[in-house]
Amino acid sequence: MDTRTFRVWRGDADGGDFAEFDVAVNEGEVILDVVHRIQAEQAPDLAVRWNCKAGKCGSCSAEVNGMPRLMCMTRMNLFEEGETVTITPLRTFPVVRDLVTDVSFNYRKAREMPAFAPPPDLKPGEYRMRQVDVERSQEFRKCIECFLCQNTCHVVRDHEENKQPFAGPRVFIRAAELDMHPLDARDDRQAMAQDEQGLGYCNITKCCTDVCPENIHITDNAIIPMKERVAGDRYDPLVWLGRKIFRKEKAPKPAE
Amino acid sequence: MTTTDDTAVSSPPRAAIAARNLRIDNWRRGPILTVLGITAWVAYATFRVFYQGDYWVADYHYLTPFYSPCVSEGCVPESAHFGRFLPDHPLLPYAALSLPFLLAFRLTCYYYRKAYYRSFWLSPPACAVPDGHAKYTGETRFPLIGQNLHRYFFYLAFAISLVNTWDAVLAFHSPDGFGFGLGNVVLVANVVLLWCYTLGCHSCRHVMGGRLKHFSKHPVRYRLWTISSALNGRHMMWAWITLASLALTDAYVMAVAAGWIDDLRFIG
Repeated sequence: MDTRTFRVWRGDADGGDFAEFDVAVNEGEVILDVVHRIQAEQAPDLAVRWNCKAGKCGSCSAEVNGMPRLMCMTRMNLFEEGETVTITPLRTFPVVRDLVTDVSFNYRKAREMPAFAPPPDLKPGEYRMRQVDVERSQEFRKCIECFLCQNTCHVVRDHEENKQPFAGPRVFIRAAELDMHPLDARDDRQAMAQDEQGLGYCNITKCCTDVCPENIHITDNAIIPMKERVAGDRYDPLVWLGRKIFRKEKAPKPAE
Repeated sequence: MTTTDDTAVSSPPRAAIAARNLRIDNWRRGPILTVLGITAWVAYATFRVFYQGDYWVADYHYLTPFYSPCVSEGCVPESAHFGRFLPDHPLLPYAALSLPFLLAFRLTCYYYRKAYYRSFWLSPPACAVPDGHAKYTGETRFPLIGQNLHRYFFYLAFAISLVNTWDAVLAFHSPDGFGFGLGNVVLVANVVLLWCYTLGCHSCRHVMGGRLKHFSKHPVRYRLWTISSALNGRHMMWAWITLASLALTDAYVMAVAAGWIDDLRFIG
């Protein structure tokens, strides 16, 4: 056991500052263990949100030395001995207190996404899908909604005004999941992603992918394929020519 | 109590943390290396494209990719496999029919977009490091909405890769007929790498099968999508390797054409 120094941001929406703690650290521990020790021994009123301690509930998202991370999955051996470790709340969302932020922005955006729409001619229990057809969507189901991707995305992190037109990477993987779903009957998801969820704001700099604790290939497998689907509908010369020849309609605008 | 500035990341109701970023790792290294790498390549390519010399090895039919297809009236007749119909002008590249589209293909490539948005435009320079610009609209309006034209440039790049492949086939030549030398290894390796980059392109992946909803109904396209996806997983690597292979192939052909080195011949 050795003693390390931690700077933890403490405060609320009215302001705050870093508090410094010298904490004993054992081999194999993670940042969340240290935060719990600070709570137990030095600052019992330190606010922190956590639950599973196994990287599966997505509750303990924070920023450690400036990088968005799950505290329960950030091992102490990542840091040099003698290195001061800085822990702050997520910096894209309103702070509630200390390390707890109000992430309701993400739930609001999720509610705006139309749910899975089954084919009208099938009743529950009659759905049949081949594994090869659902594999792409299944990758996105690994999401634990930690919102690290939403937090690190510079579109909203650095530009508060974009929170209105931009839904964020977590919502885009949901859009891709449903658009690629073999049984989803809606045909306006691409237009919705572009026109209502702000897909065009993403400049695919991949930070969402870099911070995803589930290693979901958010950019390559969800956002870019959705951008390509939109491009296929609106900008592809061969698709345009095919429509002219076979007199097909463009994909519909989002339903009201 | 810390002070706040007027940036979104430090402003209430978010946590009022004065430092705009708290990263202590060397996050500047990636953008700096990208700027150096791309700038060096663009400088070399610009010099070579307007040099208008040492691009063709008559004995072995080596043609550098920077001059393919050679369609200027200034081209050596044997190097012009597709005719010579553009005027010979110092400011008009000999391969003016292909180079602008290859440049546009790379400029609109999803990997290069990430690279130059981060390193040249600082939007953002690194993850959780503030954007270098006060306003941001992404690719929603002119001119960046034009990035959606990547699909057009992919089709053209595909055709140009076929031309490069044809050049590599024609280069199995010597004054006695069939020939094979180190230059052929270089040209073929470059073409193979160009295909790895082009077929792993995100637009190619979409065209091959990514646009489908039911892979099970299209097994051949699913297979093509799988191959494209495998290449796509290392798209960044292919992007950088092909920049290097293009420059090295051109440099090799230039060195042989200028008589600085002799081609190592295995046959003929």
